[in-house]
Amino acid sequence: MDLETTLHVATELAGAIWVTLALAAATLPLGFMFAALTTWARKSPYRFAQTVASAYVLVFRSTPLLVQIFVLYYGLSQFAWVRSSPAWIVLRDPFACAIIAMSLCAGAYTAEVMRGGLAAVPQGAIEAARSLGLSRFKTFLLVTAPIAMRRALPAYSNEIVVTLKSTSLACTITVMELTGVAKDLMSQTFAVIEVFCMVAAIYLAINMILIFALRSLELSLSPAYLRPASRMRRMIPWMSRSIAR
Amino acid sequence: MNGGASIVDLFIWGSGGWSRPLLTGLCVTVACASIGYVLGIVLGLAVAFAKLGRNSWLAAAATVYTTLLRGVPPLLVIFLLFFGTNGALMWIARGFGYAGYIEVDAFTVGVLAVAFVSAAYSSEVFRGAHAAIPKGQFEAFAALGLPPVVGLWTVIMPQMLRLALPGLGNVWILAMKETTLLSVISLAELMRVVGLAGRTTGQPFVFYGAAAIIYLVLIAMSSRAFKAVEARMRWA
Repeated sequence: MDLETTLHVATELAGAIWVTLALAAATLPLGFMFAALTTWARKSPYRFAQTVASAYVLVFRSTPLLVQIFVLYYGLSQFAWVRSSPAWIVLRDPFACAIIAMSLCAGAYTAEVMRGGLAAVPQGAIEAARSLGLSRFKTFLLVTAPIAMRRALPAYSNEIVVTLKSTSLACTITVMELTGVAKDLMSQTFAVIEVFCMVAAIYLAINMILIFALRSLELSLSPAYLRPASRMRRMIPWMSRSIAR
Repeated sequence: MNGGASIVDLFIWGSGGWSRPLLTGLCVTVACASIGYVLGIVLGLAVAFAKLGRNSWLAAAATVYTTLLRGVPPLLVIFLLFFGTNGALMWIARGFGYAGYIEVDAFTVGVLAVAFVSAAYSSEVFRGAHAAIPKGQFEAFAALGLPPVVGLWTVIMPQMLRLALPGLGNVWILAMKETTLLSVISLAELMRVVGLAGRTTGQPFVFYGAAAIIYLVLIAMSSRAFKAVEARMRWA
């Protein structure tokens, strides 16, 4: 690869990083919101809400994300009433469609992470808080949520990495993010290996930063007696091992 | 709904309906996923033992491989193989004195992509299973005088397989989901057929919905099957 091509590839990729990051930054909070709603519905006393939430998690976890994106983007445009409704402003935009589909999918997986975190909260802690006279809401806010969050963080950081990787599917509906730009560059420049290595390095760097940040958050949430003597000593082997899942 | 045809007409068996192409696409999907999965597990086992072995160069290479393949979107791996295999093979062939043009078809690229990605995930599963085997088992076969290879094959591997089974089930589901991405390199698997049917008939929702149901059933059936095998092997 000569210098001119390298510069061309680098500038193209630098622009695409922001699209990928924007997709991830929009998907993650929305996915968290869907997951929180689902968890709330599962814990609610209404049988109907429980059924809907369980069906949502089952369906979105056992169909491929690409199918979900295509149903939303290509499938819904079949109906005339969708095209004439105000929702069409959102549904005809590939960027918005990708974000909606990906956050619904991420929400289903995150709901499972939340369930795992809540299941790990010892019953005794909740009982202790209740017997001290805390209300149900305060018990949740001050006791259940912090413990569950700490327990769920390792699984959630995996989920974040999976979401970041899944943003690549947006290029199938013409959103030119990192992978889509890489595909075009590969077919234009024929420098397949070089382009792949550069894009892979970008993804791995973003993953590393995210994992590092979440690990720090997890450590800062841990009580002092659970923290290792040297933070770095525990952090380094952990980072090299668990890039995804 | 626009278009005249009813749902029954769309899915009728025969020249007018789409059942036959859908079934062909489903067969391609399942074939691609299963061949890639089996190759991936064999490769994953090799990668896992490279990581556990004494050769530090091999271990480092295996770690780089799994870190890379698990940290990068599968779609990027597919594009690498799609644009890269022809060139790589021709480069190798030129070394042997063959200067002609070689072309790899989309199915081979798909199988390779599924295999490489599942190898990375299954190697982690195997490593976890290896770590979960009690140390006494290793000492026991050494005390019996078995050579390491025999001991590994007859004592450790059967136990590893049982411990790895839940993880391998997840890898199978990932492999099946990954085959949907192969529609972008125009492999005629289920997603590609469904897309074509949707465009031809003007009813994409019906066909993508059908695809969603087919994948849902496939994945539900697979996880059932893996659960059943796990239950059987628990007391083996």
